[in-house]
This record gives sequence, C-alpha cells and structure tokens, in this order.
Amino acid sequence: MTDASISGPAAKPRPNTSGSLLELDKGTRRRNAAEKRFRAYGMAAVGIGLIFLLVLLFTIVRNGVPAFTQTFIELPVTLSEAKLDKSGNRDIEEIKKVTTFGYGGLINSALETTLSDAGIASPFEKASELSKLISSSAAAQIRDYVLTHPDDIGKTVTFEVLASSRVDGYEKGRVTRVALLNDKNLDAEHLDVADQMKEAGVLKRRFNWDFILGADASESRPEQAGIGVSMLGSLFMMLVVLVLSLPIGVAASVYLEEFAPKNWFTDIIEVNISNLAAVPSIVFGILGLAVFIQFIELPQSAPLVGGLVLTLMTLPTIIISTRASLKAVPPSIRDAALGVGASKMQSVFHHVLPLAMPGILTGTILGLAQALGETAPLLLIGMVGYIASNYPDGIASGFLDPNSAMPAQIYEWAKRADPAYYERAWGGIIILLVFLMTMNIIAIILRRRFERRW
Amino acid sequence: MYDSPTLETKLNTKNIKIAADNVQVYYGETHAIKDVSVQIQDKTVTAFIGPSGCGKSTFLRTLNRMNDTIDICRVQGNILLDGENIYDPRVDPVQLRAKVGMVFQKPNPFPKSIYDNVAYGPRIHGMSKSKADLDQIVETALRRGAIWDEVKDRLHAPGTGLSGGQQQRLCIARAVATEPEVLLMDEPCSALDPIATGQVEELIDELREDYSVVIVTHSMQQAARVSQKTAFFHLGNLVEYGDTSQIFTNPVDPRTESYITGRIG
Amino acid sequence: MPATWIFLIVLAIAAIGYVLGRSRALASASGDSRNLHSLPSYYGSHVALYVAVPSLLLFGLWLVVQPILIERHVQTLIPEASYQNQGELNLLMSDVHRIASGLDFAVDYGALGAQQALDLDTDTSDIRAILASVGVALGSDVSTQTLDAAKRYRALSATGDIFRSIAVLALALAGLGFAVIKTNRDFRARNAVERVILSLLILAASLAILTTVGIVLSLVFNTIEFFKLYPALDFFFGTTWSPSFGGGSQLGILPLFWGTFYISLIALAVAVPIGLFAAIYTSEYASPKVRSMAKPLLEILAGIPTIVYGLFALLTVGPGLMAVFGPNGGLGWMQGGTAVMTAGLVMGVMLIPFVSSLSDDIINSVPQSLRDGSLGLGATKSETIKQVVLPAALPGIVGAILLAASRAIGETMIVVLGAGAAARLSMNPFDAMTTVTAKIVSQLTGDADFASPEALVAFALGMTLFVITLGLNIFALWIVRKYREQYE
Repeated sequence: MTDASISGPAAKPRPNTSGSLLELDKGTRRRNAAEKRFRAYGMAAVGIGLIFLLVLLFTIVRNGVPAFTQTFIELPVTLSEAKLDKSGNRDIEEIKKVTTFGYGGLINSALETTLSDAGIASPFEKASELSKLISSSAAAQIRDYVLTHPDDIGKTVTFEVLASSRVDGYEKGRVTRVALLNDKNLDAEHLDVADQMKEAGVLKRRFNWDFILGADASESRPEQAGIGVSMLGSLFMMLVVLVLSLPIGVAASVYLEEFAPKNWFTDIIEVNISNLAAVPSIVFGILGLAVFIQFIELPQSAPLVGGLVLTLMTLPTIIISTRASLKAVPPSIRDAALGVGASKMQSVFHHVLPLAMPGILTGTILGLAQALGETAPLLLIGMVGYIASNYPDGIASGFLDPNSAMPAQIYEWAKRADPAYYERAWGGIIILLVFLMTMNIIAIILRRRFERRW
Repeated sequence: MYDSPTLETKLNTKNIKIAADNVQVYYGETHAIKDVSVQIQDKTVTAFIGPSGCGKSTFLRTLNRMNDTIDICRVQGNILLDGENIYDPRVDPVQLRAKVGMVFQKPNPFPKSIYDNVAYGPRIHGMSKSKADLDQIVETALRRGAIWDEVKDRLHAPGTGLSGGQQQRLCIARAVATEPEVLLMDEPCSALDPIATGQVEELIDELREDYSVVIVTHSMQQAARVSQKTAFFHLGNLVEYGDTSQIFTNPVDPRTESYITGRIG
Repeated sequence: MPATWIFLIVLAIAAIGYVLGRSRALASASGDSRNLHSLPSYYGSHVALYVAVPSLLLFGLWLVVQPILIERHVQTLIPEASYQNQGELNLLMSDVHRIASGLDFAVDYGALGAQQALDLDTDTSDIRAILASVGVALGSDVSTQTLDAAKRYRALSATGDIFRSIAVLALALAGLGFAVIKTNRDFRARNAVERVILSLLILAASLAILTTVGIVLSLVFNTIEFFKLYPALDFFFGTTWSPSFGGGSQLGILPLFWGTFYISLIALAVAVPIGLFAAIYTSEYASPKVRSMAKPLLEILAGIPTIVYGLFALLTVGPGLMAVFGPNGGLGWMQGGTAVMTAGLVMGVMLIPFVSSLSDDIINSVPQSLRDGSLGLGATKSETIKQVVLPAALPGIVGAILLAASRAIGETMIVVLGAGAAARLSMNPFDAMTTVTAKIVSQLTGDADFASPEALVAFALGMTLFVITLGLNIFALWIVRKYREQYE
C-alpha cells in the first residue's frame, strides 16, 4: 500500500463545472440532450415496427374484405322444354346430353326479359353482348339445377347467378370506366346497364359463402373461385403433422430430457435438432421432393406428402418447446415417484409427462400454426399450379389425392394475371390469419390456464 | 476538497458534507427508511451498520440517487450535499453521481481493459484534454486505488481477469478517477477474502484524507477498524449515530447494545 | 392381400397377444397379481410388442425394398436399343407403371379377366382402348416390350405381395409364440417392455439425424449428378444465368448469389437498426407495462406467414415504390414493381422481431451490476448502454444478426413474389434480380425432366444454400453460447 501515499495531489477540478449541483453545467446539458436523442431513437424504432404492423394489417383488411362479398344477378330463367328435353320424357340421360353451351340461349333470353321488365333499354344490337354481364359459371349452375330437378323443366325458376368479375369489380370500385377502354371483356355501356340493374334491384352484392367454402376456379372465372378445397387440403396436412409430430416430438424430447446419457450420440442429436430448426424451409421442400416423391414415389401434390414434409420441418420446434416444458417440472416430482418404487419410465409417463402436457400442447399448437402458414416447401412437392377444384371424396382421398393448401392457393392466386384474383389472395390471407390467430389464442389460453409456478 | 491533502484534516472536523433530514424511502408499499436524519462529515469514514434488511444499503443509495434507477422506489425528505438539496428537481443525478461516487458490494469491472475501466469516468465527464492527460489521470487513480504496482505492466489486459480483491480495488480506482467528493461503499469487502479485505480497509483509511467516505458494512470489526463515525440502523430507523469509539464502547440505545453484543443480527 | 389388411391383421394378433399374455401371467401366479413380478398389463404389452414391432418393421422395410428390386429387374427387360439416355428410360418405365396399374384396375373393375390380363398381347388386342375404358389414359400405343415388362412387373409384384403377407404374418405369429412361452410369474415383463419403449424413444430422437442425413443425401446425390452434366467450375464462377430447357444453358451461380446478398443486405439494413434500437428501448427504457405490450406486438411480425409478406411486397410495396421511383414518379430508376428494394424492405420488416427479440434477451442478460457501476460513476443511461451494456452484449448481438442473415438468405416466398425473375449482376437496387431460393423454386416447378441439368441445378443451388445457412447458424449459435457462458 505504499504507492497510495506517494500519489500526491490528485484533485483537479472537472472542466465546465461551476460547483453547484443546482445549475446544469454545459457538459451535462449536452449529455442530457444526447440521452434524450438516444431514447427517442429507441421509441422511434418501436414505433416504426408497430407502424409496419399496422400498415400490414390495414392493407390486408382493406384489400381482402371485398373478397367476402360478391355481386349476384337475380335471373328468372324459363327452363324451356324444347331446348332441354326435346323428347319430353324427362330421361336424365337425354337431359345430360345438353351441354352447358345449350344453356347459353336460355340465359340470354332470361336476361333480355329481366331488362325489359325493369324498363332498361339495351344499348347493344346483339343480345349475346349482354351475357358478358354474367359469369360463365351461370350455365353450369343452371344445368346442375336441371339435372337434379328434372321436373322443373318447363317452369320458370329464379336463379341468383354470379355477375362477371368485371361487373363485380365495378361494384367494388376495382374496375373503372377508364380501365375498360382496353378491355375486351366488358364495355362502359355494360356498366350503364349494371347501374340500372342495381337500381332496379336485380343486381346486388351480398356475403359470399362460396369464397370460404368453395373450390378454386379456372383462370378466367375469378368470381367463382373459393378457398374451401385448399382449406381441406391444409386440414388434412395438419392432421398428418399433428398425428406424427406430437408423439414423435414427445418421445424424442422425453428421451433427450429424461433418459439420454451424456455421450457423443446424444450430442449429435442435439446439434442436429438445433441446426434443423434453422435450415431454410425450402430445403425441406427439396428433401420432400427427392425422398418422398422421387424415391418412395408417393403421389405429387398430395396432402400426405405435404404433411410429412411439414412434420420434419416443425419437429425441431416442437422438440425444443417440449423439452422446455419437461425441464420446468421440478426434480422433486421425479424423486417422489422414484421414492415410492416407481421405475424411471413410470415416473416419467405417470407424473412428469402429465404435468408437462399443457406446455407440450401449447408448443405443438404453435408448431402447427407455423406449419399452416408455410408455403415454400409446398411449391416443390407440387401443391401449387394445381387447380383445387374438387372436394376430396373421403378420408383416403383427402390424404392422397392432389390438392392445394391455403398458403399455396394464395400464392397461386397472386400469380394469376387477373387483378380480381389479387382481391381473392388478400381475402385468403384474412382467412389464413384468422386460423393462425385462433390457434395462437388457444395456445395462450392453454398456457395461462394451466401454467404452474413451482 | 481541492486543497492538497494535509495532515491537519483530522477527525472531528465540524465540516458537514452531507446532511439528511427526515428522509423516508418507500419501495412500492414498503416503508424501507423511516424518518432518518444524519449529518455526515467531510474527510471522515462513516460506517453504516445494522442487521440485514435494516435499510443501510438503501439509505446509502439515496445519497447519490442510485435509487432513481429502481422504478418503484420513492424518496421523501431532504438530503443536502454542501448545502444543496440533491433531490431538488433542478439537480441532474448524472452530475450528482460524478460528485458522489460509489463502489458496490460485488466487484463489477466492465468487460474492458483495466485502463479503459479507469478512464471510463474521466472520458464521459470530459476531464482530460489529451491522451497524456488521461494517462496521468488513470495512473493517479490506480495509485490511489493501491493497485498501480500490480497492474502497471498490463494496463490493456481485461479488468475481468484480475483477482477478486484486485477487481474491487480497480473499482475503487475507477470511482476515484472521476474526482468525487464523497465515496459511497456498499459492503465493499463482502465478496473478498481476509487478505484482500485488509488491503481494501487500508486503502479506505488512506482515502479519508481526500474524501468523505461512507461505508456500509456487515462486520462490526470492520466498522470499528476503519470508521470514525458509526450509524446503527434497525428496521429502517436510524437508531444511533455517533463517534465509533463511543458507539462500540458505550452505546446509548439498548438495541445498539444488543446488536453489538451479538444478540440481534 | 392388400397392405391395409396385413396391417390390421397384425394389430389384431397383437391384441390377442395382449389378452393371452396377461391371462397366462395371471394363471401362472394362480390368479393373484401380487405374486407377479410386474403388473399384469406389462405381460400383455410384452407379448403385443413382440407381435407388432418386428413384423411391422419387416412390413415397412418390404414396402420400400420390393418396388426397388422389381424396378431394377424389370428395367433389364427393356432392350437398350429402345432408349438413348436415362430420361427416355424413365419415360418408358413410367409407361410400364401406368400399364401395370391400369391392368390391375381393369381386372378389379371386371373389364378383363385375371387370366385374360396375363395372356394379353399387342397384336390381338388394343391395350390402349381397354385401359381407356377403365379411365387410364396412355400417351402412346403400347409396344410389345413395354407390355411384357408391364406383365412381368405385375407378376413379380403379385408374387412379392404373397411372400410379403406370408413373411409378415409368420413373423407376427412367431413373436406371439415366443413371447407367450416366455411369460410366467417370475418373468420381468416391466423391464422388457421398458427396454422396448426406450428403444422407441431413441428411434424418435434419431429422426433428427435421419432428417439431416436425408437432406444431405438428397442434395449430395443430385448435386453430383448435376456436376456430371455441368462443370462445377462454370457453376460456381459463371456470371451468366440463362437456363434454357432445350439445352445450351448457362448456369452460373454468381448472379443469384449477388441477388441474394443484395436483398439480404437491404433487409438487414432495415432490420438491424430498428430491431436493435427497439430491443434497447424495450429492455432499458420502457416501463414494464409498455414492454409487455410492445414486445408481443412486435413479435406478431415474426408470426405472420411469409406468403403474406410476399403478397405485400408484390401488390403493395412494389407499386408504392414504383409511384415514387418509377418512370411516372419522375425518378425513373425503377422499371417494374418487383425489385431488390421491394423484396429487401419487406424482408427487413419481417426480420425486425428476429433481431429485437434475441437482442432483447441478450441485453437483459448483461448483469445489472455493470449498469450500476456505470451509473454510479455518473454516466447517463445512454452512455451506460452505448459504452458498457452494448459492448458487453456485442457477441450475442452479432450472433442474433447472423441468425437474421441466415433467415434472409434462406427466405423464399418474399423473393419469389417480390424480387423478380431476372438474374442480373447490377448495382441498382431498383432493378429486378433473383436469388438462389427463387431459382430453386422456378427450376423445380417447371415441366423439366428431373434428369436434365436445368432441373438438377436446383439441387446444387440447394446444397450451396444449405451449406451457407448451416455455417452461419453454427457460427451464430456458437457465439451466442459462448456469450451466455460468460455471464452464467
């Protein structure tokens, strides 16, 4: 300690200091300004993040909500016997021979009658011009009705048919008269007619369940497209993911957390899990393509394959969260079970696992939510580009027949040229986000409800 | 303070550095410090003793407003430093803490070099004009921290690589480098072995020549060894305050006596 | 016997085994379960496991191996003269598969008798018409060799299936017999069952290794295949990317790398400052209430599927940037809505929570004593953060940023929708460029033959991507772990 005594005089006044605490010296003022700035940067960063979130959600809602309503035209169609059933003996095979093309005339004349009844003058010379107002799906709709109700032939039945997507777009403000100048699908005159029809109450916009429950449609009929079939595709995929990843994930976590000795094999597994959790999802798509489709030759575009790929992708996430909940069960529980003579296996399966179950389920639900929103791997196993127009026939068909999935369907719509499909893509996102939100809320409730503090 | 230290500045100078008046501290609902008034003298070592949880550390932290960093903590009453109320709204805690330095219970060197640890305070307060100036300040501070000889050859090694006792002396040097007027020490030896403790105690005794030192300690022997004044806290109250010799030999309050004789604690 | 039936029969035998094992154990203890070593259910489970596990393993193995063996054998039946390369052989083989399964179909539906199907030949009957009548369409007429191969395929499959049924069921019954005989009161059934369960647990845990192996093998084999067709040097150092499915493609990875790098750079330039400052604010300044609101809200950004960001880039950000930087906005830097900037900005938004969450954790793990030490010297909060907390947290934060970078490199949907399709080496961030991931998608979703270099290149791209992201991850996790250890 001798050196302390030779230190000599040390006191040296700090610069910029008046000495009194009650006055801020220049340095402190400058430093406080820096402090305020720094804090403001932080607030701004959080604010910018939140603004991004708001803008994103606002964009989705604003662009997506119109997809849930659709413009319909009320059309009393006379199901003329002369055209639909020439023989008149209501033979269903005979009626089937009339293709949708044969129904076109019926629709045209029905439209003409409707217009003249409402006192609207057609600006067109050819009556067929008017049919551009109506979706080309109308003919199939009426034909399906006739095939199921052959007895109504000869009567006049009122149908609610879809307006064509341009008319629908006009109703929703997406299509303008200016934009129609270069559009051969519809002319401004049509819009005049549509306006009058709307006034006459023939044309209306209402909620469209078919968007949520319906099937995808061909590129030229956006007004008819729905997300229902690909929702089923997602459902079947999620079933595969749930059935595989929950037991496998729990088994793997139980082994690693409760039984695994500390050796090289365990280390390899650990390293693998943490790395797989960060492998880009597209790589899992390559794995699915190479292994499940090329090597094992499972069918392309099948929800089963999608489910398998997503299982491999979500397993690391589920294992990591399951292990965390197993870790949260205090050792005293295990000791208590072992103390009354249970085997290690019994103590884990009878005591530790049930206590960790809420945490495990929460983790699994969040893993499923992640899988539900994943798109990239599905592109590679062929779930995109496929028009999901048929509902699966049953359970097996649901797993094995080609289908799409919600995010893949959204991607498909986003790539189609007609902007009417963009609206549907945004609408699909709303549905997807509703699912994700529900799953997250369930997970939060589970966690809140069953969370135990030891 | 700015005078050269002279041997005349001895015990019992009537020079009052800090005057606390009816100080109350609340942690949320808890009333942690009750109505404490104390006058701390300049160029003196004052020890705060008392059983765990008696509020001595809390009170120490009010003296340089370190309690401000805890959201739920509220302080009432006046604490005057050289006659100026440090809880006055015009006072900037940053400026205050430059005058009232603090050394903590656990040595907490920054994960920087020894040099940068000591130079940190002078740098943020803009105390040096040149590199040579800063070098001088660092050397002086390390000498006063009684650690210069041990580290002068490895000033750019990380401070975290020193032994516990060295780390604590480094932290003291770091506090001294900003030229404070008061040095608060919160159980500075509790994490140290007896030899390191002895070195730090010796250092405290030397620091008294330049600073007013307030030390919180658990050990009554330590209080007796290093301090001239002792304050005994119990359950948030300041029970007794006086010359160390008097407190240890002839306490007025029966609670003080019980504590010193080891009956509470 | 169809596969499902075998499966169900094995399960049924296992169920019978459970009952048998349980009752035999009880009988050997003269009906008093206290005399048994283990609980009666363990004896039942023991027998059931002996029935089900080996036979189902064999079953699964058979399902995979038999088609491969048959495939090999049938391929030798096709004369080498009838095809020139692997691709044509594949086409022929897929014809064989279609015909074989079509014949199965025809027999099932009664369009052909079982014997009839075996005696078919191309001279006397129109295979195409027969198959078309049961809904199997063939692209071309059937040659004799193809039909023979298909018939051989059917015959082998049928024999194989019979052997499969016999082998699997025999193994199941053998397991039953073996386990039942072993069952008596002193047999340690619980230990035996637990051993089996433990090995099942190990199997589940090993799936992680299997997945990695699967990834590596599928990438490596196809990449090797690709380098046989296309020189590796040209791939890694080529500066032109112009695949053409007619041949003569130039498949240089550099433009894709550049696009990936440029987009990631812009994304990080957005995400790192915002994420880092947000983390600093939430961990150091925000009141607990603000913190508990702001953190989960920011993390929502990480929970939104990437397809949503992709759509946002394509339909909102792209047109928005066009309005400012496009020809109509007066600047004219941008030719189309899809560009490096579009994808980069949106990806940056997506990465904000990755940076902020991890950095927040890391900043929080800096010991409070360091902050106290700095504040006690009279430092302001921001000085403490900048000069003490952040340097202390630096390794961890670097790790967080590297993880975010690896995310950015591997991100697919945003670039597929937002970055454009043109491979280009340009400095203009408003140009459309493309990335490794986007090209993996486009090369594997076209109609290309999987044996062509244009499709195989996707695996080489995938391999490169895998190696880079893996390297980044391992490095980042290592840094973060080192950092955590420092304060534990």
